[in-house]
Amino acid sequence: MTDAPFDPARWRPASFLPDEDARDPALLFVIGVLCFLACLTALGVIAADRAASGWSSQLRSEATVIVRAQGGETPDAAAARAAEVLAGVAGVSEARALEKEKAYELIRPWLGDVAADLDDLPVPRLVAVGLDRRKPATAATLSAALKGQGLDAVVDDHSVWLKDIRHAAGVVRWTGVVIFLLIAGAAGAVVAYATRAGLAARRDVVEVLHLTGAEDAQIANLFELRFARVAAIAGAAGALAAGGLGVVLRLIGGGDGITPALPIAWIDLLAVLPCPVLAAIVAAVAARLTARRLIRQL
Amino acid sequence: MRYGRGPEVLSDVSLSLPRGSFHFVTGPSGAGKSSLLKLIYLAARPSSGAVRLFGEDVTTLGGGDLPRIRRRIGVVFQDLLLLDHLSAFDNTALPLRIAGHKPSEYRNDVAELLTWVGLGQRMNALPPTLAGGEKQRLAIARAVVARPEILLADEPTGNVDHEMALRIYRLFVELNRLGTTVIIATHDQDLVARSARPVLHLDKGRLRPLPPQGPAA
Ligand SMILES: Nc1ncnc2c1ncn2[C@@H]1O[C@H](COP(=O)(O)OP(=O)(O)OP(=O)(O)O)[C@@H](O)[C@H]1O
Ligand SMILES: [Mg+2]
Repeated sequence: MTDAPFDPARWRPASFLPDEDARDPALLFVIGVLCFLACLTALGVIAADRAASGWSSQLRSEATVIVRAQGGETPDAAAARAAEVLAGVAGVSEARALEKEKAYELIRPWLGDVAADLDDLPVPRLVAVGLDRRKPATAATLSAALKGQGLDAVVDDHSVWLKDIRHAAGVVRWTGVVIFLLIAGAAGAVVAYATRAGLAARRDVVEVLHLTGAEDAQIANLFELRFARVAAIAGAAGALAAGGLGVVLRLIGGGDGITPALPIAWIDLLAVLPCPVLAAIVAAVAARLTARRLIRQL
Repeated sequence: MRYGRGPEVLSDVSLSLPRGSFHFVTGPSGAGKSSLLKLIYLAARPSSGAVRLFGEDVTTLGGGDLPRIRRRIGVVFQDLLLLDHLSAFDNTALPLRIAGHKPSEYRNDVAELLTWVGLGQRMNALPPTLAGGEKQRLAIARAVVARPEILLADEPTGNVDHEMALRIYRLFVELNRLGTTVIIATHDQDLVARSARPVLHLDKGRLRPLPPQGPAA
């Protein structure tokens, strides 16, 4: 019984650890699922951020002014005058008195369907103000300008809403970070566990390497590389799955591809790209720490 | 020395072997031959006393210093300790790879050595597919491939025929001639008698050096 002719010149060093150990499907699956969840978290946070910044930039670029007629002035005249004044303020791109129906609509819930008679009441009018996106006028500036012209008006620059949105976005972001860290920690723990199992299963190999003069770091390296590779593969699979789900969401998001609740843009899907690398780093660190500690105890 | 909390398996063993010497270690089974070698290849530490290698007290060395010493020692383990998932060629190249040499530097040496021990046709074979004697020769090839300064062989000729035993013995002699200190633990009285080398005889963990036996080689 002889083998096929062996050519030393074509010999490539085999890995010190049995290759079949690296193909543990359970480990691939667990890390893959964790990476999938991490990618979904990242996409969710990005989408929430995008939604929040969309809303707030829209809110920031406009203000609403409620004008009450004073003296003999009719509400419509007061509103028109206010619009004129506001249009002249620096940081205002446009100011437009809204039709009285808009104002009526706002108070209808309180007054019931009595629109016909509202003309007799001094219902305040609304002025929609468009603000310069780059240097928006502040509510105080607008108030001062109106007061200067003897107009009784309340300026709402939506700062209350803005604060709420910013706050909510912050909560979402930090929740995302915490979930992300938890997932990374879980992945690290799984790899640590697998490293321990791998070391126990290959104690004989480790012993031979040791007695042949291998340094602890050399041996730890074997496990580090092995699990980094496994995690990178699993991370790629998880990222691919999450990216695929993102594509589906983007497509069924309709029209311009923006779902009302979580707008996902094509570019957001790039966020899953670092996943294999991050997974590999987490796995490498976990394997290294575990292997070093256990090898030292041998 | 003792294993764990077990009885002393070597007591009052005191010896000093000059560089470049060639010794046999003999004694009945359980006498402590393998244990003595383990002390030298740093797989065990003495429970009391000291082991000095290359002029250094290795009993007090930290784990980080052991690889440096171990790389200067080649060992044929009694239970061989071949890596079953690696080919004969990979098993043999192991010490060189661990020491950080490049394949291009040692490829041909490894092939040559394997051919020399009669495994030229089996370089790609995995140890489980080798015969007992072939495994033993593979273990010997691995032990000597890095030209160690000390060679420890624990029953290196237990599984081979007389002819091959002599061939292996001549390999050790050749290494010794090139400067390697050789220590062979063996039951092969015939080989010991034939070689006319000094013998360290162990009995129940106690050392009794014997003068060289038989005719000079
Ligand atoms: N790992 C171990 N743990 C506990 N006791 C051991 C261990 N290895 C050997 N011993 C004991 O130490 C004593 C010496 O064993 P050793 O292996 O050194 O003998 P030996 O001379 O090599 O025998 P053999 O010729 O059969 O190989 C024996 O009593 C054995 O039972
Ligand atoms: Mg023995």
